[in-house]
Amino acid sequence: MNITEKILAKASGKKVVHPEEIVDANVDMIMVHDLTGPLAVEAFKKIGVEKVWDNQKAVVILDHQVPAESVKAAELHKTMRQFAKEQKIRIYDIGRGGICHQVMPEKGHVVPGTVIVGADSHTCTYGAFGAFATGIGSTEAAAVFATGKIWLKVPEAVKVNVTGQFQKYVTPKDLILSIIGKMGVDGATYKSTEFTGPTIKSMCIAGRMTLCNMAVEMGAKNGIIEPDETTRKFLEGRTNRALPNFESLKSDTDAVYERTVEFDASKLEPQIACPSSVDNVKPISEAGNIPIEQAFIGSCTNGRIEDLRLAAQILKGKRVKDNVRTLVIPASQEVYKQALNEGLLEIFTDAGAIVCGSACGPCLGGHIGLLAADEVCVSTSNRNFIGRMGSTKASVYLASPATVAASAVTGKITDPRKLEAKT
Amino acid sequence: MNRKIKGPAVKFGNNIDTDVILPGKYLVLVDPYELAKHALESLDQAFPEKAKKGVIIVGGKNFGCGSSREQAPLALKYAGVKCVLAESFARIFFRNAINIGLPVIECEGISAAVETGDEIAVDVEAGKIDNISKGKSFQVDKLPPFIIEILADGGLIENLRRRLNKK
Repeated sequence: MNITEKILAKASGKKVVHPEEIVDANVDMIMVHDLTGPLAVEAFKKIGVEKVWDNQKAVVILDHQVPAESVKAAELHKTMRQFAKEQKIRIYDIGRGGICHQVMPEKGHVVPGTVIVGADSHTCTYGAFGAFATGIGSTEAAAVFATGKIWLKVPEAVKVNVTGQFQKYVTPKDLILSIIGKMGVDGATYKSTEFTGPTIKSMCIAGRMTLCNMAVEMGAKNGIIEPDETTRKFLEGRTNRALPNFESLKSDTDAVYERTVEFDASKLEPQIACPSSVDNVKPISEAGNIPIEQAFIGSCTNGRIEDLRLAAQILKGKRVKDNVRTLVIPASQEVYKQALNEGLLEIFTDAGAIVCGSACGPCLGGHIGLLAADEVCVSTSNRNFIGRMGSTKASVYLASPATVAASAVTGKITDPRKLEAKT
Repeated sequence: MNRKIKGPAVKFGNNIDTDVILPGKYLVLVDPYELAKHALESLDQAFPEKAKKGVIIVGGKNFGCGSSREQAPLALKYAGVKCVLAESFARIFFRNAINIGLPVIECEGISAAVETGDEIAVDVEAGKIDNISKGKSFQVDKLPPFIIEILADGGLIENLRRRLNKK
């Protein structure tokens, strides 16, 4: 079996599982946030069960419309606070957490080998730690609150094998954009995507999270990476749960894959996903002249300390172009504090960028940093759909933190390697 | 759920994402009828009005990709969409639709065989789809019995209530 099959077999009390088989899996952890939680609470109350099945296995995180930008959002937050209090569930309120997918592993709620569901499509991020993690809807979340179980079809798996070292200013974001560009937005629909190979083994946790985070952008049920010493080092001191034997989570040598695709990171240049589809990917050398009005560095894809350091390296001692507004949003309070201590926030502020509080920000176009008609934004986030960040007539290009920072300086989409050559 | 559904088709292309079905700025709305007023407005301002009479959406590949927001299928359902047929679905949307009692059926070749306005009949349980206007029929794999049961109960919550009360 491969790692995903091993986790699902264990969670459903079976020795072996096969693709297409439907299993009833025990859930180890569930997360809901402020935009999906209220519907889940409403549905949960209709079921007629008083208590969630296990209040130690549920987490509420307020991250989308925070701090509340409207009375409606404030009401949603109030609903979630009330629910968390009634059910004695851990809640990460404003100022105590940050973006759900950063907070979950940071605060020790992600353990390798477990089944985690979240009412957010980017829940697949936790596959970076060797967990089976997938996004669900609000009603499904309510059912999990009541029963602690979920039916899952065991997915076929695609193996993505990556070799080669990244060139300077080429990042895991460029890799995943390139993978999605080749696979297509439905290239892994219903499937598990397992990232393997020497490039992955030597990759930091932040990079692994960026890869698994965007597995859903090619339709995948989950993205996953075998846990190793890098995983252990990150989790140590964060979780009080016992870590499993990582050997038991390695895919067997005779594990079955629907197909294996190979990528060479050493040949990769910075990539951009052009409007309005995440698979509309081009190497930056083919981008042409694309002036921008907004640059956004943040989100559950690229708001980690490693991302901010990279952006700061480029922005240090420079100013962002006059007609460009640049938003920097650390993914969590922990990342914010670290960026503060390392002097990164000063670099951003001196460059003329605005640093906002840890939250999803402009990524989903519901809160701050929205775009007007005909405006262009280059963003480190994960989706560039029509209307995603505001006006349906605005355009969003997806790129790495290095590319976004370089573009903020020049006012047009720019290869970070070229900016450095010039200065 | 009505196991036999009839209505005019409204056709859309490939990769209709949930941001297009219901933009993020409306996720603070809680009344499903309020959500319905904005269903698919990014592609067709008049869609909510057109859907009121009861329509069947025919989509291309990867319908409902993107965000896990259940508000997307809810907006469609309350706008008057009786069923969604597509070449393929994104998985979270597919589950969400079933969980709120909105029938969704994968049907290869449906896109090319239907034009907006065609009268469509769907037998959800039997997996049979007829384009009455064009005299074309499709037989697809039947949905598993437990999914038919969830749809017949009107959604997962009603299904769960019934099952838990039985115990």
